[in-house]
Amino acid sequence: MPINGEASHPFIPNTASDRAVMLAAIGVDAFDELIADIPLAHRYPDLELPDSASELEVVAELRSMASSNAEPGVMPSFLGAGAYRHFIPSTVNALLQRGEFVTSYTPYQPEASQGSLQAGFEFQSAVCQLFDMEVANAGMYDGPTAFAEALLMAARITRRKRLLILNSIDDRLVQVATAYSQYQDVTIQTVSHREALDGAIDSSVACIAFQSPNFLGRIEDARAFSALAHHHGALSVMHTNPIANALFKPPGALGVDIATAEGQPLGVPLSFGGSYIGILASRKRHIRQLPGRIIGKTMDTRGRDGYTLTLQTREQHIRRERATSNICTSTQLIALMVGIYLATMGPRGIREAAELSYHKAHYMADAIDGLDGWRVARDATIGNSGAASVFFNEFPVECPLSPGEVNRRLLDQGIIGGLDISELIPRGMLLCTTEMNTRSEIDRLIQALSEINAVDAA
Amino acid sequence: MPLYPDDLKYSEKHEWVRMMDSGSEAEVGITHHAQDSLGDVVFVELPAVGSEVSQFAKFGEVESVKAVSDLFSPVSGAVIAANQALVDSPELLNGDPYGQGWIIRVQLNDTDQLDNLMDAAEYQSLLE
Repeated sequence: MPINGEASHPFIPNTASDRAVMLAAIGVDAFDELIADIPLAHRYPDLELPDSASELEVVAELRSMASSNAEPGVMPSFLGAGAYRHFIPSTVNALLQRGEFVTSYTPYQPEASQGSLQAGFEFQSAVCQLFDMEVANAGMYDGPTAFAEALLMAARITRRKRLLILNSIDDRLVQVATAYSQYQDVTIQTVSHREALDGAIDSSVACIAFQSPNFLGRIEDARAFSALAHHHGALSVMHTNPIANALFKPPGALGVDIATAEGQPLGVPLSFGGSYIGILASRKRHIRQLPGRIIGKTMDTRGRDGYTLTLQTREQHIRRERATSNICTSTQLIALMVGIYLATMGPRGIREAAELSYHKAHYMADAIDGLDGWRVARDATIGNSGAASVFFNEFPVECPLSPGEVNRRLLDQGIIGGLDISELIPRGMLLCTTEMNTRSEIDRLIQALSEINAVDAA
Repeated sequence: MPLYPDDLKYSEKHEWVRMMDSGSEAEVGITHHAQDSLGDVVFVELPAVGSEVSQFAKFGEVESVKAVSDLFSPVSGAVIAANQALVDSPELLNGDPYGQGWIIRVQLNDTDQLDNLMDAAEYQSLLE
């Protein structure tokens, strides 16, 4: 449609006379003069689009396209590895979609939005309880960026530059931390458990960072690594699955100084990998190095409860290039989802989700151990890390065929398999369960796996 | 006490130095003007004892209700003491900037560096 034609299109609101007034105001005869630098052939190319369709037809076509998606839930899914499909109570979406919350952006006069601040304060308080930590901020972009900020925080607190990371961690966390710190005066080094215990830590190390449950789903000895770090005047940084905190000891009870997590399992849908929320919590004595927004509770001149952004003097709108971090937005709506989830589930509900996830994974692992050609890689290690035996809700298996082929065959049967980790473990696949996997789904998977082996052997 | 005591030397960054009796050690703090501009001080980040400071380089931070500002050392040398009283009572910087509000004591590398600083009269004319 020519831009100077009559406004007959619902998505182009200004009329020909509106445009004439605007062009006259800036002293231009025609709109095309404004885009004269674009070669004529590229200004209005033929797009070869189909004829326009009615809304009814478009919806039908899009629905038909969408139905070819292999959606977790419609299909049983055993994929985890950082994002987990947990039950989300209806309260989350019902409250989240209230206009007061869903339309608001980071408030620039935050104290005018007491409701938003209170929601953020409740999020921080719930995070502190779940992680057994003293302070938490109002949220980071996602788990990996929270982890990266924790490392830089440790460097600032200790004024040391070497950041050690146990190599049993999800490598994507290391990649984000490396990208985040590339222009900072720090070095990141991944080490095995053995190297960490045998002298890799000295007085130049700012922190020892690890993931627990680690990338293979196993529980690390957080207490031992924290003690080791403290012995050398360093800090310990633990990246965790927040649901696991309800079943295993949380970071604060293990001597950890800074705890981070991907907040997604707490009421946020998988949603193609985002947007999620990073959780960052620490001991109170480190609060001045805790980046991002921190909401405090105070009282107004009449003695009523009030909420305020606190310690803002370290943020970049005040401190510019010397701010503690370049984080400049908040994931407030996602934090609200987490807050509502935690309030709805309560400590007992989260514990139940954690227990079910744990027991289903162990039921599945025992069943796979009984299959010919399949093996739960209980002794598998990343690099030369020591193997730990206790796992939470995911575990590696060695497949009889390549994991890619296994996943193709599972998909043919309407099952979403696990993550291909053959780069770490030969023919390795990482399988996961949550409370969302029913026993019949798990039995279907076991049946399918047993046939895959039989097909191969035949 | 006068706002700018005569026995101190002053830097353009609003820190002061007081030579101690030993002749090679000095006490460092912020001036009346600095504490007045900052407003109520709520936190002081001190350097570690034993660390080195350099003349006119950052050695710590002071946070008030308005802003976080860097502290710049008026002299070079090794930190031999940091005022731990400021950890719990940062308001000493406001109430007694030349006394209980001292920040660090430094073993000087080079007393000639004091010539790079101002006396009380010069500092006051800088402020005007």
